[in-house]
Amino acid sequence: MNLEFLLLSGLKVIGVFALVMPMIAYSVMAERKISAWIQDRIGPNRVGPQGMLQPLADGIKFLLKEDFTPGHVRKAYFWLAPAIAMVPAFLTMAVIPFGSAIGNQKMVIADLNIGILYTFGIVSLGVYGIVLAGYASNSKYSFLGGIRSSAQMISYEIAMGLAVIPVFMLVGDLNLSKVIEYQSNHGWLILYAPFSFVIFLVSSFAETNRLPFDMPESETELVAGYHTEYSSMKFALFFMGEYANMISASAMMVTLFFGGWTLPWFSEPALANQWLMGALHIGVFITKMLAFMVVFIWARWMLPRFRYDQLMDLGWRRFLPFALFNVLAYAAWLWMRS
Amino acid sequence: MSVHIQNIPFKDPATRYNEGVNSVQPSPLRASDDLVDVQGERMVLNMGPSHPATHGVLRIILEMDGEIITKADPDIGYLHRGDEKIAENMTYTQFIPYTDRLDYLGPLANNVAYVLAVEKLMGIDKQLTLRCQYIRVVCCELARISAHLLGLGAFAMDVGAMTVFLHTFQEREKIYDLCESLTGARFTTTYTRIGGLSRDLPDGWVEQCRKFLAEVVVNFDESETLLTRNRIWVDRTKGVGIISKDMAIDYGLSGPNLRGSGVDFDLRKAHPYLVYDQLDFEIPVGSVGDCYDRYLVRMEEMRQSVRIIHQCLDKLPGGSVNISDGKVVLPEKTKVLSSMEELIHQFILVTQGVNVPPGEIYFGAENPKGELGFYINSKGGGTPHRMKIRAPSFVNLSILPELLPGHLMSDTVSILGSLDFVMGECDR
Repeated sequence: MNLEFLLLSGLKVIGVFALVMPMIAYSVMAERKISAWIQDRIGPNRVGPQGMLQPLADGIKFLLKEDFTPGHVRKAYFWLAPAIAMVPAFLTMAVIPFGSAIGNQKMVIADLNIGILYTFGIVSLGVYGIVLAGYASNSKYSFLGGIRSSAQMISYEIAMGLAVIPVFMLVGDLNLSKVIEYQSNHGWLILYAPFSFVIFLVSSFAETNRLPFDMPESETELVAGYHTEYSSMKFALFFMGEYANMISASAMMVTLFFGGWTLPWFSEPALANQWLMGALHIGVFITKMLAFMVVFIWARWMLPRFRYDQLMDLGWRRFLPFALFNVLAYAAWLWMRS
Repeated sequence: MSVHIQNIPFKDPATRYNEGVNSVQPSPLRASDDLVDVQGERMVLNMGPSHPATHGVLRIILEMDGEIITKADPDIGYLHRGDEKIAENMTYTQFIPYTDRLDYLGPLANNVAYVLAVEKLMGIDKQLTLRCQYIRVVCCELARISAHLLGLGAFAMDVGAMTVFLHTFQEREKIYDLCESLTGARFTTTYTRIGGLSRDLPDGWVEQCRKFLAEVVVNFDESETLLTRNRIWVDRTKGVGIISKDMAIDYGLSGPNLRGSGVDFDLRKAHPYLVYDQLDFEIPVGSVGDCYDRYLVRMEEMRQSVRIIHQCLDKLPGGSVNISDGKVVLPEKTKVLSSMEELIHQFILVTQGVNVPPGEIYFGAENPKGELGFYINSKGGGTPHRMKIRAPSFVNLSILPELLPGHLMSDTVSILGSLDFVMGECDR
């Protein structure tokens, strides 16, 4: 662990952070704009040219709002919960290879050989933020939101975990860089494991608490669910956490099923300059990711919300057996082939 | 005459009740005393008066076992303004603006229902000019479309489909435009007068209305595309909040909520008023009585309303919109200033109101939410001695304590959305 490694890792952390934070801000903006287009409205267009500075205004508003802590809450947990909700979303991004290489540096913060296990471990932590918020708020709506959330996220994590097993059976490695390498040689994994992708996509909706799975929040039933009692920057942290989760879920889907930073048709673009190619790969990755962000946003404005029991039913009685069967089918297929 | 939408057999009330009871009580644990801790305590949740799903100021005190509702106790009256008492202190005409504020999603229909009651009491309801009657029917049906569109949008929004709400609002905006050019106000229309209307249709209104009708049917289809066959929507509404035929009648439900339960009763057909008996339309009827049926019934009712308006606009006769009795309808302003008799009529009508003979009357009209009835007790003169408003939302909400228990917390919003109530009318 020399100085150069520390310096470069630090640079990558800052780089990713500097990229993700504006992405969060602008996905909120995109959410508002896309919903406006879907609903035949105009959307925010007052702040800056074409309303492009709206995220800035939103941010300032969050900062300037009174940070009110109700008297009946459990203070320590109440303060802790937003942070716990926000941090895991960022931590997952550490293992995601967002580009090929610039110079001799691989464009991934931590090139872990157990990448996916780390991801699932961290994602599981996300539920604590919401459960803690629901518990600490000491309010009935928050409480119901927290309970729903814990049940929902745990159930769908199982389906999600099972869904990606075939992918790693095909690739033969847990390292996400190896997954991308495999895809650049053999083609995108969605072609080999479409069912895994479907389960993973739906579970991602559930994991990120987005409609149609926004049980913990379900604003027309539980007012605002687990963050009913939160205001100002603490609320903003939950809010940002949700979008950060969407970003990392999109990044995971791109990495696992859509070839990561590789281009679909010509895997070796004839670019002499290594730096330019590295930048291009990062651009490709981000473009694919944004496409998934749009899917997340689009689905939210098109669908009604599941009911809690229907959601659990879908998770345990449909997806879990389906995912298990999927794993077995791939195992059998690989065994026959070998 | 009725259009059957679903052919799913009824669950009889006894089965339904037993299912509800069984889903609530975990009886094996309840039996033994030492397991008392395991049952857990019931949570009391105050839903409202300020809650996104209660559409205004309804408060429901829910007692819940986890997510299952064991007891529901609606608490109303947060929007009580004492309209019935207010009516005793003003002339009949002066009360018309108050009817705007009953079901404020379809004020035109309230105006019509109220003046029809007064006219019936005066015995002049048969003298109304044909043009007036047709225009009133158009108003009623526009109000129905407007109210159902909002009901549908709010229902969908409660269940999570936000987009439908804004789509329906686009069409409602056009109805507001029509109201504005018709009455001068978008919301508080106060359009009808005793013996006629405040003004005739403005130029070009019929064309504007036809254009709207052509556009609104497209919107119905769009909303249906988003909902009717949407699996999540069907899951959330089918089999939820089942009101059996008997139960609907027992609780005195009316309007789409009654017809959703399969009772073929619509005042426009059963006791036709205005020119409804000369128009060709059908009454959609559900068969199960669940939220989905009520949704389908409202969807179809809007289409039938479009049909009615088209017929009315086709048949619209010329002539005056007011009856020619100077003792009922205000005279023309030019005549007031030039002729003695008109001046006296104007003075008497404005200061004392129309002279209503002693007697009592109940008149119920098929409003968007159900039967809006006015009971007027007159001792003669220009003001009612006592007025009672039979608000459909009030009656429809009375079913909640029976309907909600046994359902999940999330079903509350579906059921409330499908009952489609307005607190302005419920609390009066």
